[in-house]
Amino acid sequence: MSEGRRVVVTGLGIVSPMAPGGPDTWEGIKAGRMAIRRIQGFDTSGHKTKIAGEVDEFGIDRFMSNKDARRLDRYAQFALVSAGEALQDAGVEFEESEGVRAVKGGISAERVGVIFGTGVGGMKEFEEQTCRLVAKGPSRVSPFLIPKLMPNACAGNIAIYWGLKGVSFSASTACASGAHSIGLAADSIMSGRSDMVVTGGCEAPVTPVGVAGFENLGALSSRNEDPETASRPFDKERDGFVIAEGGAALVLEEYEHARNRGAGIYAEFMGYGFTSDAYHITAPDETGEGPARGIRLALEAGKVSVEDVGYLCAHGTSTPYNDKIETLAIKKAFGEEAARKIPVSSIKSMLGHSLGAAGAIEAAICCYAMRDGVIPPTMNYTTPDPECDLDYVPNAAREADLKVVLSTSLGFGGHNACIVLKRI
Amino acid sequence: MAVKKEEIQKKVIDIVVERMEVTRDRVTPETRLIEDLGADSLDIAELVMEFEEAFDISIPDDEEGVRSVGDAVDFIVKQLEEAGE
Repeated sequence: MSEGRRVVVTGLGIVSPMAPGGPDTWEGIKAGRMAIRRIQGFDTSGHKTKIAGEVDEFGIDRFMSNKDARRLDRYAQFALVSAGEALQDAGVEFEESEGVRAVKGGISAERVGVIFGTGVGGMKEFEEQTCRLVAKGPSRVSPFLIPKLMPNACAGNIAIYWGLKGVSFSASTACASGAHSIGLAADSIMSGRSDMVVTGGCEAPVTPVGVAGFENLGALSSRNEDPETASRPFDKERDGFVIAEGGAALVLEEYEHARNRGAGIYAEFMGYGFTSDAYHITAPDETGEGPARGIRLALEAGKVSVEDVGYLCAHGTSTPYNDKIETLAIKKAFGEEAARKIPVSSIKSMLGHSLGAAGAIEAAICCYAMRDGVIPPTMNYTTPDPECDLDYVPNAAREADLKVVLSTSLGFGGHNACIVLKRI
Repeated sequence: MAVKKEEIQKKVIDIVVERMEVTRDRVTPETRLIEDLGADSLDIAELVMEFEEAFDISIPDDEEGVRSVGDAVDFIVKQLEEAGE
């Protein structure tokens, strides 16, 4: 570790079911708007689940032609667009001089990396080509299948598009993929291996097979008749998560580099805690010990005290299990009394659960929350659950001077990733 | 059954125009897929598959004689004639 290298967030980009782009998504969240609706992307007549958070037009044509976009599965298109927005937001431009590509006013592109997460990869393409295999035989399976479905296509395509030649890979830890990617990106900068990393997460699981798989697992809400109230994290009447799609990117940058090129700074990345339940492939360990350790490790790594934490952006999926055990974990990590003083909310109440994208979207929203001094609400909170007894910022955003925020992501496989961000 | 070369050529050009996203005036029998249209190995693989599907033929993986639109048309005509015999 190179002692003293600090990591800051200088750019944000979001593709969400709420609105195109980061700023409008944040406006929608502050206003408590719902992005869940009846599924329009495919015929759900045979499915139990008929609701999701779907992304409408998201402007891939700003970055590439139709022909090039056809080579990317929807999930990687989300990655490419959010990364493009984040780099533009960070004011990053590139220049070539004598064959060397570099950030304008900064370092060589060989010091710029991409670490991007996805839980599943190119599910849509895999399904479509599997159908072709069955209907027409193996000779009709697209040559684009493999480069579209592979889970590293998100990182690879961002690097190719922007000519970023440093570290480049994808992290895959189900619903913690985004948060893991961000932590690893920060590591790469802190250790001196990179000066800038485009990081985040993306997912496009709202497909016939994807929805069927999750519904048969019993993970999804069955409130088909009232989509807007289906995702109700921490509420007693919650009955499962609402599947969603999207992506988010953050430009992480070494502090001095960001200052020298005059970049705006949203927040400093302070640290993370990664742990494993080592318990069950889908169910969380009922003791909550895994995420509790994750939170403690993150605070320790970030050198922040419990009193500094002004907001905890929860994983809060709206499944009976997650919200109960996450509540328990928060209390274990902070102590009962301190935990009750920390506002905890879940933006999945509005956006649904976009799996590998969720942790990245939530990290980006934390940055806006600190900038504006506004804590996002947990919408659809009507009936208190005795097992979920924290301050969930119910039904309306709240003004607060936020210095330190924590975001938790808990993935199938028992992967827990907690990150700490600080306003500077 | 007589194979109508003009029809095949029109269909081949339609496919190339659509898949390579180029304007029709850029695609003639002399147009070379790689050199003139910038096709890469994945484009070629996809075009071959489209031709196979459109004409219900099989183009071997090691078919190296097809460089231009005209080559593709000739190859397809030959295949269809052989199949018709």
